[in-house]
Amino acid sequence: MVPDPAFFVIMVAKIVVVFGLMLLSVAYLTWLERKVIGDIQVRLGPMRVGPHGLLQPIADAIKLMFKEDIVPQAADRWIYLLAPTLALTPAFISFAVIPFGDRIRLFGRTIDLVITDVNIGLLYVFAVASLGIYGIVLGGWASNNKYALLGGLRSAAQMISYELSLGLSVVGVVMLSESLSLVQIVNAQSTAWFIVLQPIGFLIFLICAIAETNRAPFDLPEAETELVAGFHVEYSSMKFAMYFMAEYANMITVAAMATTLFLGGWRGPFLPPVVWFLVKLFLLIFLFIWIRATLPRFRYDQLMRFGWKVLLPVALANIMITAAFVAMR
Amino acid sequence: MEWLVFAPLAAVALATAVSVIVLRNPIYCALSLVGTFFALSGLYLLLQAEFIAVVQVIIYAGAIMVLFLFVIMLLDVGHEPPAWLRRDRPKLVLGIVLISLLLLELAVAIGSRVSQGIQGPYTSELVNAIGNTQLVGRLLFTDFLIPFEITSIILLVAIVGAMVLAER
Repeated sequence: MVPDPAFFVIMVAKIVVVFGLMLLSVAYLTWLERKVIGDIQVRLGPMRVGPHGLLQPIADAIKLMFKEDIVPQAADRWIYLLAPTLALTPAFISFAVIPFGDRIRLFGRTIDLVITDVNIGLLYVFAVASLGIYGIVLGGWASNNKYALLGGLRSAAQMISYELSLGLSVVGVVMLSESLSLVQIVNAQSTAWFIVLQPIGFLIFLICAIAETNRAPFDLPEAETELVAGFHVEYSSMKFAMYFMAEYANMITVAAMATTLFLGGWRGPFLPPVVWFLVKLFLLIFLFIWIRATLPRFRYDQLMRFGWKVLLPVALANIMITAAFVAMR
Repeated sequence: MEWLVFAPLAAVALATAVSVIVLRNPIYCALSLVGTFFALSGLYLLLQAEFIAVVQVIIYAGAIMVLFLFVIMLLDVGHEPPAWLRRDRPKLVLGIVLISLLLLELAVAIGSRVSQGIQGPYTSELVNAIGNTQLVGRLLFTDFLIPFEITSIILLVAIVGAMVLAER
């Protein structure tokens, strides 16, 4: 079997476009977050660099690149250098299986608007997401700093606890669509979005997703008031930036997953599919920012109790009920 | 073609597996084991067993090894040299004897082709036609229902046991 050369061209083009847009969105999400939170707190947010601070992310990137890169003397050098990359890579590669548009025809070829449709796409995303913990835990440990270590360990405990409910919350979707492929899951929502059939699943997914991305109110790994800055306290310059890029990239991925699994993916009337996808993505990300600006941080014991004693039983009950309906159908 | 993928994966699997035992720092050992799991996952993909490949990463690399790291970091396990560097003569001899026996056994097993067993109905073409996730699910809840349930009960007992011990 000789693969079609055009296949490679299309594939590389898709990867370059998605990756480029992702990097750009990550940069501008920082701007959006500062603007929205500024608005909510009756401030202006960044205003100085460019009109309405539009060039702020670029200024920040240049600043971070030229900052002094410090490696603590007692740090475990290799792991210390490796950890930010380990956090960043999973955040970016999980987007590979998420469909962002319908099939289009271009130059006489049909092109699927997804980088690759894997028959276990959903599991792939979970597998990749679960690897993001390594970057944080190892960064915290390698810094050889008590605060950083505590932040790293908290994050590991938190992610393991919430990953479970996250996984269980989508089982209902899998049962209804009878597939693990994200393309098939979107196709199964042509009549009704799964948020209608799985409202509880959606809610649990959203809560766990925020916890998985370590964002407020679940940002205990970097709780400033108790842990200085948590796992990345010793990091500076571009390595520090990489942790933040990972956090924002994770936010995009999680929002894209919620869109795909519960909000019908790229489906919607009138507007082109890709636009629908982006609109839903944007609304979810806006919601995440809004939540951050509104809610105070959980205490550690509250976080654990909520994860294990509320979310997990509710997710299991949701599966039982969905199973009963699917069996009766 | 297959060799181009198989050889590097096998090499990585072996190299990381050896470093799990040889390296001094327990964190490095744990990370090497993660490397082994990834290489194995790649080998499963090569056999077109996507489901097992991904489950391998989710469960072993994503959950179990994170817990291992967690414990190693919390206990701050000392950087003591492994047994083969401590020149602990009796243990070294015992180790060499055991590994030789194991290798011999493996060689005999592979040589006699007993391990090949009987060819079942599930060839890789059939598995791919049905889809390997679907097939695993169907078999677990039909032919292997009782072993599956027994395994779940054993795991449940282990969890309850851990709780009881921790509460003491």
